[in-house]
Amino acid sequence: MTNHWIDIQNSDAVLIIGSNAAEHHPVAFKWVMRAKDRGAALMHVDPKFSRTSARCDFHVPLRSGTDIAFLGGMINHILEKELYFKEYVEKYTNAAFVVGKNYAFNDGLFSGFNAAARRYDKSMWAMETGPDGGPVIDPSFKNERCVINLMRKHYSRYTLKNVSDITGVSQDNLLKVYDRFCATGKPDKAGTIMYALGWTQHTVGVQNIRCSALIQLLLGNIGVAGGGINALRGEPNVQGSTDHALLYNNLPGYHATPNASWQTLAEYNKANTPVTALKNSANWWSNRPKYMTSLLKGWFGDAATPENDFCYAYLPKLEPGQDYSYMYVMDKMYHGKLEGGFIFGVNPMNSFPNTNKMRAALDKLDWLVCSELHHSETTDNWQRPGSDPKSQKTEVFLLPSAHRIEKEGTISNSGRWLQWFDQGVKPAGEARNFADIFVPLFNKIRALYTAEGGVLPEPILKMHWTEKFKADEWTKRINGFFWADTKVGDKTYKRGQLVPAFGALTADGSTSSLNWVYAGSYTEEEGNKSKRRDTTQTPMQAAIGLYPNWSWCWPVNRRILYNRASVDENGKPWNPERAVIAWENGKWTGDVPDGPWPPMADKEKGKLPFIMMKDGHGGFFASGPADGPLPEHYEPAETPLSSHVFSKQLSSPVYKFHSSDMDQVAPPADPRYPIVLTTYSLTEHWCGGGETRNVPNLLETEPQLYVEMSHELAREKGIQNGDGVIVESARGRVEAIAMVTIRIRPFTVMGKTVHLIGMPFAYGWTTPKCGDSTNRLTIGACDPNTTIPEAKACCVNLHKADTLTEIG
Amino acid sequence: MPKSFLIDTTRCTACRGCQVACKEWKDLPANDTKQRGSHQNPPDLNPYNYKIVRFHEHLDEYGAVVWNFFPDQCRHCTIPLCKDVADRAVPGAIIKDSKSGAVLVTEKSAELGPKNAQAVINACPYNIPRLDPKTKRLTKCDMCADRIAKGMQPICVKTCPTGTMVFGEREEILALAQKRLESVKRRFPKAFLADVRDVNVVYLLAEEKEHYHEYAAFL
Repeated sequence: MTNHWIDIQNSDAVLIIGSNAAEHHPVAFKWVMRAKDRGAALMHVDPKFSRTSARCDFHVPLRSGTDIAFLGGMINHILEKELYFKEYVEKYTNAAFVVGKNYAFNDGLFSGFNAAARRYDKSMWAMETGPDGGPVIDPSFKNERCVINLMRKHYSRYTLKNVSDITGVSQDNLLKVYDRFCATGKPDKAGTIMYALGWTQHTVGVQNIRCSALIQLLLGNIGVAGGGINALRGEPNVQGSTDHALLYNNLPGYHATPNASWQTLAEYNKANTPVTALKNSANWWSNRPKYMTSLLKGWFGDAATPENDFCYAYLPKLEPGQDYSYMYVMDKMYHGKLEGGFIFGVNPMNSFPNTNKMRAALDKLDWLVCSELHHSETTDNWQRPGSDPKSQKTEVFLLPSAHRIEKEGTISNSGRWLQWFDQGVKPAGEARNFADIFVPLFNKIRALYTAEGGVLPEPILKMHWTEKFKADEWTKRINGFFWADTKVGDKTYKRGQLVPAFGALTADGSTSSLNWVYAGSYTEEEGNKSKRRDTTQTPMQAAIGLYPNWSWCWPVNRRILYNRASVDENGKPWNPERAVIAWENGKWTGDVPDGPWPPMADKEKGKLPFIMMKDGHGGFFASGPADGPLPEHYEPAETPLSSHVFSKQLSSPVYKFHSSDMDQVAPPADPRYPIVLTTYSLTEHWCGGGETRNVPNLLETEPQLYVEMSHELAREKGIQNGDGVIVESARGRVEAIAMVTIRIRPFTVMGKTVHLIGMPFAYGWTTPKCGDSTNRLTIGACDPNTTIPEAKACCVNLHKADTLTEIG
Repeated sequence: MPKSFLIDTTRCTACRGCQVACKEWKDLPANDTKQRGSHQNPPDLNPYNYKIVRFHEHLDEYGAVVWNFFPDQCRHCTIPLCKDVADRAVPGAIIKDSKSGAVLVTEKSAELGPKNAQAVINACPYNIPRLDPKTKRLTKCDMCADRIAKGMQPICVKTCPTGTMVFGEREEILALAQKRLESVKRRFPKAFLADVRDVNVVYLLAEEKEHYHEYAAFL
């Protein structure tokens, strides 16, 4: 979230799209209700009517996978009707930047496309630069290659008719949402967009989210109270795991993982440290070398010295262009290229798409280590229905895991708050938390390397490690320490003391921090700030529900990101009633501002609001995404259409996929699979249900796999409510119970009727007779930026079942 | 002064925290349920579920989907008919706690026998009590008498995340209910408080009771 949960109450318009907030965030949804109490418009745009829709002012059904068309229509609406917040757009965004001459967009393809490699040369999308290397800016907007002019042209195709034709949303309903949300393009109004996996799990996931950035920048909704782009994280601690780089392509603190072309720290820093020519751009990432050195220092301690490049050489290097994400790992496993592995904290044999392939892949392992609360479809894959346990070669080591309430530590919520939780009860029997499994394991490995040597022992033996895991100690390590006596301002810190904030981190090896964004969370002065539960606030903070002394929030306790954009050039809040920060008597009040500098009116010291962008401006046009500098509608990898109105390019030209014999994909508009399937979770089960199916009172409420469908489709197929149904895709077959409902209705798409059905993915065969993985139907087609698979849209067919074997 | 609940169904998200929390607090075993084409599960109140959320959907006059949620439970009537009927057969089988206003089923209800027990069930305008075939006792919500005796809120109210359920002194709850009703009426002109004078569990419904549940309101 750019903002935080409580802040949702400050919204005048809440657009919930790509999320089922009430069902998946039932407790936090109270802040949405609070916004409603204060008169906000609540809108839910989603393929099906859900418990979220029930509490909104209205629901707009959208064909799954057409969010960009829907939002592109809104962008067109804003630009055509000039509904944008002009001063904000002109001063704070790159609307006036001139795009380089190499940029082009032609019939669904951007310039620089290499069809053989399914990849763009993103340098073709670079901004035009002046003699100083800085961007060429045309404040008159006369240059036709000004970003806003290119946007206007790009989205001019997203007319109400075209958008309605593709999305299946009536023009009336489109305008209903556009009008209400665009009303927040005024200085004293704010609109928020709340999304979750309904946006990310598409072959265009990143561009779905980019669309929201375009809209929110146009309407001046970033940085303000009640605004922002708010990703709903959850109990799996996605915020914390993203911050701490659970995925392969980042190091903790949002640094790229080194690749083979960056052999030294200097090479790494050169490639990853942006330089700006604009004096009033803070260009915060210019600090990256300080954070990288401090991270290396955190990992290797005294072994990391300037002379040995702070042990940078010990970090594994990726092959450029190679994808090491889980979908690729599973494909390698399927092809027999992995011998064994650890699967922790996830149940791929239920939760990953195209599960039949996943299950076949796991069979290829010689050994597998899992740690779980309960037996899962993954731990017990070798004895799944249809498998002969005697012929399975995989040796499975199942370690009993502690439950999360059986340990202490921190969790980061959607609003980036770091909150400490205590141990509720001790783990039962021999169960251990993950750290108490990993730390002794790594110590055993270290002992073996010490005793026997081995290839490249240094990264393992020189690691600044621990004998026994203590959550408090690692919270401190994440914050960071001084490794030499250091003076910060007028205060001297001793070696071994905690760093007060990331401003104190250095590139010379005198500081460590396992994650710079968390520096300042645990200090000598105030201790462990994740434990703070103080509701003290100023009247200005109270007006927007900001509690600066409750827990701690990264970065530097700033509760609303980009808050410099909530004020005008003189530091005066756009909306004084809901001010986030204000420049008064030569200093900032309210939230922690995005940097200490004075407002922009100070031509010497003032800074632009978008401090994480090289040139300080919010980016409508961005050369970062792999699939284009502006979001463009493409159909899902499997689509009921053979063409669409926006271009000849049916699906994303660069989405990722595999092509094994088990990666079957139905061709466009395949009459064998005419129905769109979307998948989701539900309130009563957690994710894949591995835990909650083992809680009898929860299983009682949602006992078995169902498929939600319209009355129209049910009639067409001769299916009654409660009937057993077989759902089939090109990849698999799944049994479910029909839930025939008005909550799902057929779509009219380009003049023809398209049916959509929805299924939860919370059921698996280890719970007897509840059904088995819905993901046996879903497709392994992935977003080109994140490699997140398209679990939200694929094509299927269904018929009434004669008998059921998976459900009883 | 008796206690009352307000259940403002216009705030309910049917998360079923109340339904599950009730079972957890009362330590009631799970039923072996099936998916029957509805989220409402268990399908009805039963000896192991004193509270269930009922789901009802229909299209409004403009063709928009309306999905109503009704967290169903004993209304703790001001003059409980169940008690009158039970008293005729086994005095003390059902009692009314004068302090809290809670209508409580006692162990003596086992002495009612199937016929009288059924008469008690039939007497309830809201179709709440159920007969436990194992203990032969009647079962239903007891307002978490053990909790409120200790100054705590009933567990369903404590669990409710959206403010759908509020519990307190009857006078305060009635005032709050009126206030909420006025506010809700702006959007839902047909909104009303179900049987407000006769019950201590006051439901705020946005439209006719038929769109919630057959026994959502008596009058």
